Order: sequence, then structure tokens, then C-alpha cells
Amino acid sequence: MAEAILQLTDLRKNFGALKATDGVSLDLRAGEIHALIGPNGAGKSTLIHQISGSLTPDGGSIRFLGQDMAGLDMAVRARRGLGRSFQISSLAPEFTALRNVMLAVQARQGSSFRFFRSVGSDKSLTDPAMAMLARVGLENRASVPAAELSHGERRQLEVAIALALGPKAFLLDEPMAGLGPDGSKKLTGFLDALRHEAPILLVEHDMDAVFALADRISVLVYGRVIATGTVDEIRANPEVRRAYLGDTA
Amino acid sequence: MAALSRETIANGVLALLLLVVPLLAAASGETFYITLATRIVILALAALGLNIALGLGGLVSFGHAAFFGLGGYVAGILATHAFNGEALLFGLPATTSMPVIWLVAVLLCGLVALPIGAISLRTSGVYFIMITLAFAQMIYYFAVSWPDYGGEDGLSLYVRNTFPGVNTAQPLPYFLICLAVLAAAACLFWLLRGSRFGAALEAARQNTTRLSAVGIAPFRIKLVAFVISAMVTGLAGALFADLNRFVSPSMLSWQMSGELIVLIILGGKGRLFGPIAGAMVYVLFEYALGGITERWQFFLGLVLLGVVLFARGGLLGLVAGRARHG
Ligand SMILES: Nc1ncnc2c1ncn2[C@@H]1O[C@H](COP(=O)(O)OP(=O)(O)OP(=O)(O)O)[C@@H](O)[C@H]1O
Ligand SMILES: [Mg+2]
Repeated sequence: MAEAILQLTDLRKNFGALKATDGVSLDLRAGEIHALIGPNGAGKSTLIHQISGSLTPDGGSIRFLGQDMAGLDMAVRARRGLGRSFQISSLAPEFTALRNVMLAVQARQGSSFRFFRSVGSDKSLTDPAMAMLARVGLENRASVPAAELSHGERRQLEVAIALALGPKAFLLDEPMAGLGPDGSKKLTGFLDALRHEAPILLVEHDMDAVFALADRISVLVYGRVIATGTVDEIRANPEVRRAYLGDTA
Repeated sequence: MAALSRETIANGVLALLLLVVPLLAAASGETFYITLATRIVILALAALGLNIALGLGGLVSFGHAAFFGLGGYVAGILATHAFNGEALLFGLPATTSMPVIWLVAVLLCGLVALPIGAISLRTSGVYFIMITLAFAQMIYYFAVSWPDYGGEDGLSLYVRNTFPGVNTAQPLPYFLICLAVLAAAACLFWLLRGSRFGAALEAARQNTTRLSAVGIAPFRIKLVAFVISAMVTGLAGALFADLNRFVSPSMLSWQMSGELIVLIILGGKGRLFGPIAGAMVYVLFEYALGGITERWQFFLGLVLLGVVLFARGGLLGLVAGRARHG
């Protein structure tokens, strides 16, 4: 069995009386796509936030590449190799698509405390950034401010930024949302190959994509993982069918 | 490179005006206008400093008068000691040399801005505004209550400080010194904005979460910007003291902090020439209307209201259109 890159153990997070994360344990192994599915409000995004460091868990542990992430802020975790995309796009709206990706390239290269050389003419930033845009199919939109991109394009840009970080694991929160059937299909093909660069924890409502891509699926309901298994196991699981899949399985 | 952008042309016109008008004034013996232009240049420099924090980083410091005043007091105190032949603290020699005074002013402002920034940047939004204001007020009241350097009455410089090879007592040479400093600061601003640091800083203004998510800690970026910003504003303070041959706690007042913010909003925040356009309009209003009515600030207020409501990019934005990030 492949080793775990990311290991969550008994993770807990409450919002007041609401148990948004209720004793979640799961892992992400090298080379796999681990899909996290569940109804709206199940706590999927909350889980991603805790892994990436934008929310602090109330209990449990997160280990990434063998190290405990407790107390590390989002920037440190990103530098250690956690690349995430946001369900609600989180971009620099005034920057063009290209400059949004360049920021990630610059971060990956190291220090941002360089005060004089112009980034606009710095090929070591623009070339890799352009390559990442091309990989997600946004190369023609490079000079458009992020605020003017369509909803779907912003999701693609999120993925391009995560790619540019060269992460050791991807945390993608609904990358397909707003893409339309064509876009989803393209992104599905793209993610399929991406798992060999780094494993992906994929939150997604698009069941076609999930069933096509996932090596394993975990089903989250009311903050609890009610089942983890292969696509076939999850499809056949009666509890999952009752709680979530309904007729789609 | 495509044709010059409208903003570049507008900037060129402003730069030309700033140089030519005082030269013409000097040629016709109208020294008053040179002093007016010097005032514009120094206020523009102070606002340019703030523009690094406010315009690029989105850090609305309502306490930059602290640095403006500190720079002023450095010039005043060093000059007074030198004039009286007294040493400073720890027996350090005083001086009337501008370059040395500038260096001390810049370093001191950086040193003071570091803890102020480190504490203030733990907060954001209205709290940041209030904390920076509180720090500036502390320094203001300290200056008011410290009798050694004039307290509330302020401190006069007997003669303007010196610059190697230049007769600073003459209005035009002093103007040119100030203009050269402003030009250098504008270059710094331009380089900074285009650099990796500038990219991170502008991203921090737009979305700190995005910056963190790519692995850049927003706090350190903002802190360094705040410190650089304070240093430039402090330098302007030293020049201002020499222009007026006078420093007083009013340079440290919250009204001064507000004035600097007004200059930026008026001219166009984040723009290279925003503070310059803002300072021109401000000083010309003060001069043209100040003679007619004591309520000239009322009319300035109207202009500001118009800018805020109808021209978010400031007066420069009105001329040049929206700022673009290549
Ligand atoms: N900051 C917060 N404060 C209080 N409650 C929150 C907060 N964030 C999320 N919640 C609640 O926690 C629960 C889980 O939310 P979360 O966004 O993680 O769901 P999700 O599984 O991502 O849903 P969706 O599929 O709609 O994106 C929801 O009931 C939500 O209302
Ligand atoms: Mg969600």
C-alpha cells in the first residue's frame, strides 16, 4: 500500500453547537485522487480550510509529509507543499490572470523581498506562469483582470495557481463548479493526469467526474465520514445511497 | 512599446509644470511662488511615502504625521544643538548638514515605525486606522509636553541647514534640492511597485488570503512596506522643517495625518503622480482661496467629495482612466 502523504486523525471542529467536523480520520496517498463527497453543508469546505490552515481545528491532528501541521499558518503550509483552490474563488481581482499566476511562481522561487527588478519583464516569472495558464486552457485570457473573468474561468485560474506552486498535494474544492459540460470534461482529463504529479484531495459535486476520477471516495455527512472505499464499494454501499446518492447511483 | 499612455502624458505635464513654473518665478524675481512650489514638492513627498502603505498596500495609516513630525524634529533638534555648539545624547556631535540630518530622520522613522507597524498590523480596517492614530497622538502629546524643544510653541531653526556646494538659503536652490529628493523617491516608488515585493504588497491589498495561499506571509510584506513608507514621509518632514525654519507639534497632529490621506485620495491612490497632483491642487486651493476666505477647506471638501463620489481613481484617474496591472 502506498504511504500516506496527508493523514487526518480524529479531526474536530465546532461552530457553536454545530459539529462541522466530527471526528474525521482519512488519508491521502501518493498518486491517488481521493474524492470527498457529501450533501451541502456536510463540512467538506470546513475540512479543507483546516488542512490548509485557514481554520484551526478544535481537536485531532493533521500530519503532512510526516510532520504535524498544528500551529503552522496558511503561508507556511503552502510553502511546505499544500496547494489549494477555493470553492469561492479567492484571487487578486485587479491583477490579470497572468499576474495572479506569477505571484505563485514568485512565491515558489523564494523570497518576495526583492525591491527593484521589474516583474513584468522577468521571464523567469512570466514564462512558467504562461505555461500554467496554457495547461488549464486560459492562455488566451492571460491579460484579463481576474475580476472580469467568468465564474468558470476563475475556477480554472485557481487550479493554474495551485499548479504553479508545484505542491506535494492538491486540495481542490469544487474545481468543476460553473465550468459547463465541456469544461468539466476537459478538467476531468486534466486532473486524471495530474494525480501523478501530486495526489489530489478532491471535493466535488459532479458525480460523473468523481466516479471517473476517484481512486477512493469518502462520504461526509453532518461532519462524519460515513464510508470510505473504491468507486464500486461506495456505489454499492446502502447507507451512502440512502444518505446522499439517491437515484444517481 | 505602444503609444504613451494618457497617464504617462499627464505625469509628464505635471513634472514639467513643477520644474518650469519655479524657474520662471525665479527669473522674474517672484520668490513667493518658489516657496509655494517647494511646499507642494515636500507635501507630495510626504504623501508619496504614505502612498506606499495606503495606495499599494491598502494600509490606511491615520498616523503618518508621527513620521512627518519626527523627521521635522530631527532637523530642528540637530540644527539647534549645532547652532548652540552643544553635543547630543551620548556626546554625539550635532550637525547642520542636510544629508546627515536626512539619514538620521529616515533611520529614526524606520526604527519607530517598526514597533508601531508590528503592533498595528495585528489588526486591520477601522482598528488599524485607530491604532495608528493612537500612536501618533502619543507622540504628539509627548512633543507638546516636552519643554526642552519648545513644547507647544515649537522650535525655530535660526538658519536653514546646509547642503554641500549649494546655497540653501536661496529659495530656488532649496527648491531644486527638494525636487531632486522627490524625483528620487518617485523612482523608488516606481521600482518598488513593479518589483516582486510590489506584486506581493498589491496582492496583500486585494486579498490577503490569496497571498497566504501561495505561501507568502502577508504580515511581513505589510510591515516592511509600512516601515519604508514611514521613512519616506519622515524625510519629507525634515525638508518641511527646513522650508519653514520651524517645527511644532502641529506637524505631528492628526489633522496633518488626515491632510496626507486627502492628498492621496485627491490625486489618485496607488498612482505614481497621485500625491503630486494632490499636493498641487491642495496647495493651490489653500493659496488661491485661503486669501479670500478662511473657509477654503470647505471648498476643498467639496472637491474631495466629488472625487470620492465620481472619480475613484482621483484627479489623475479622471484624466488617465483606470489603472491597469500589466
Ligand atoms: N465560519 C463559520 N461559522 C459558522 N458556521 C459555519 C462556518 N463555516 C461553515 N459553517 C457551517 O458549517 C457547516 C459546514 O459548512 P461547509 O462550508 O464546510 O459545507 P460544505 O460541505 O462545503 O457545503 P457545500 O457543498 O455547500 O460547499 C454548514 O452548516 C455551514 O453553515
Ligand atoms: Mg463547500
